[in-house]
Amino acid sequence: MLQYLIQKEFRQIFRNAFIPKILVVLPLMVILVFPWAANQEITHIRVNIVDGDHSPYSRRLTDKIAASPYFELIAVSSTHDEATAMMEDGQVDLILEIEPDFEKHGVTQNPAALHIAANAVNIMKGGLGANYMGQIIRNFMEEIQAETVPGQTNPGLPVIRITSQNRFNPHGDYKIFMIPALLVMLLTIICGFLPTLNIVSEKEKGTIEQINVTPVKKTMFILGKLIPNWMMGLVIMSVYLGLAALVYGLVPAGNILAVYGFAVLYILVVSGIGLIISNYSSTTQQAMFTMFFFMIIMILLSGLFTPIASMPAWAQTMTLFNPLRYFAEIMRMIYLKGSSIWELGGPFFALTIMACVFNIWAILAYRKSQ
Amino acid sequence: MAKLEIDGINKRYGDVQALTNISFRVNDGELFGLIGPDGAGKTTLFRILTSLILADSGEASVDGLDIVKDYKELRRHIGYMPGRFSLYQDLSVEENLNFFATVFHTTVQENYHLIKEIYQQLEPFRTRRAGKLSGGMKQKLALCCALIHKPSVLFLDEPTTGVDPVSRKEFWEMLKRLKQQGITIVVSTPYMDEATRCDRIALIQHGQILSIDTPENIRKAYPKKLYRASAPDNFSLLERLRELPEIDSVFLFGEYLHVTLKKDDKKPKDVQLQLIEPGIEDCFIDLLRQK
Repeated sequence: MLQYLIQKEFRQIFRNAFIPKILVVLPLMVILVFPWAANQEITHIRVNIVDGDHSPYSRRLTDKIAASPYFELIAVSSTHDEATAMMEDGQVDLILEIEPDFEKHGVTQNPAALHIAANAVNIMKGGLGANYMGQIIRNFMEEIQAETVPGQTNPGLPVIRITSQNRFNPHGDYKIFMIPALLVMLLTIICGFLPTLNIVSEKEKGTIEQINVTPVKKTMFILGKLIPNWMMGLVIMSVYLGLAALVYGLVPAGNILAVYGFAVLYILVVSGIGLIISNYSSTTQQAMFTMFFFMIIMILLSGLFTPIASMPAWAQTMTLFNPLRYFAEIMRMIYLKGSSIWELGGPFFALTIMACVFNIWAILAYRKSQ
Repeated sequence: MAKLEIDGINKRYGDVQALTNISFRVNDGELFGLIGPDGAGKTTLFRILTSLILADSGEASVDGLDIVKDYKELRRHIGYMPGRFSLYQDLSVEENLNFFATVFHTTVQENYHLIKEIYQQLEPFRTRRAGKLSGGMKQKLALCCALIHKPSVLFLDEPTTGVDPVSRKEFWEMLKRLKQQGITIVVSTPYMDEATRCDRIALIQHGQILSIDTPENIRKAYPKKLYRASAPDNFSLLERLRELPEIDSVFLFGEYLHVTLKKDDKKPKDVQLQLIEPGIEDCFIDLLRQK
């Protein structure tokens, strides 16, 4: 019985003019485009330098900034007002103002006058830009000091140099960080969205009535909807992981079987959520809207794009109820850190509980609607 | 022997009493019509009898099976064709038929004799998607799918609504032949003129049954003499007649006015009235007026 339902489902999916295309395009988009777009490294910060000093030092500093990969020297203005006007026009993100006595003061170790003004409309860009700029200047000052007073820079103070090393992602590549976690979106859409919309559209078109007067059991009908999507979800996931290896050279540091094991568990969770929504909506429009509502909240609270640690305490508490959070975390741990299933006991436990709760809720709601 | 027994069914949707105390029987091999306008409760009753929804109170059995307790077994005994086309529009004619045969654990070959006549007309479109068929063809396919598991009772909810007059006539011919094969058929329709094609009918309005009998007996039970009148401008004639003291009722029926008198033989003087046989619709209106 079930095999005929699944066969029918696949027929319908492949006959649909739109869905098969989406199923091909979606993983390609997610793997080939998203990691570049969802990149939070800030580069190409546009700088305007107001050089009031016109000294060899100020020119050297300008060159140093222009050579940095983070900055793009757009203009060298002669007055503060001119530079500010450019920032107001949106042509530059950051202004560095070098005061007339920069070289003189810098050399005599008086506080040298440099001003950094950053456009903070994009708070991240502004903050990071000012930060990078500060680092470059500090660096520059150290160089100058070493040249002018060789051997005795700040005799009383030991110089602390901090070098950092990125563990588990040695090059600090943001894409490597995003790719395992973006799988969350793929599986949520294919195994949560699609079967739900499918069930609701059968309700809407009335075909469910015709099925309901046959001996087909409710559970069979639903499994007939879920199984094809689970199968597609896993196939698409394999393609995705394959592309991750081919295009980015990213293979899991941990066990690939663990990746699949957790994916199956996660699929159960999202299918459960989808079934609950399909129970309470009678049109695809309602279902679609409800899903988007939850999807947006869950993505924002998943730690996928913004770190959970930087959220306020109440938002951090909310993420504890978000399956996306756990799956994104698990994928990153297995892929980057090589964590084993035993080390991922917490998220595993959380996902298992969610799978049970959502699916039992779906079954109870289904019974009640009878 | 009663194939279908309904006893005191009530159903309420919020504030609306959809069905009030519905009771009737349908005999084995009968073609039974449920006649009433839109919103009378026909579909609700069908949905209860086919185990899709539960009644608030009352009992019913189909083929000796209780519609609540034995619903699983019941579904093997009934065929249901909803008012709205409910087959998979993106599957072909053939695929739909095969699919519904397999979900009933049977094959198209096994019961082909039942649908042969109807399916032959669909044969040229075997590979066409159901959604691309014409209205009449869709109805035929839906009927085939409802018949493919050889049900003993067939429920057809407004099968002729939205179908052209020729296809409607054909459809009733098909039902007649199915009846000859021993299938009990319960059919609903808002078209009063189709009532005479049924063995017995129930007139239903506002969730209540007004009358149940053969179409012939219902017409015989019409309590008055019925007259027909017409004029180039029926509407002004209608208004004029309504003013006359001798007139009991006047209704517009297509190109004629149907008139009843307070006293059957006391006709108004200056109007041409011709005695006619009452139709089902006249009876329906009269029953509504009595209430």
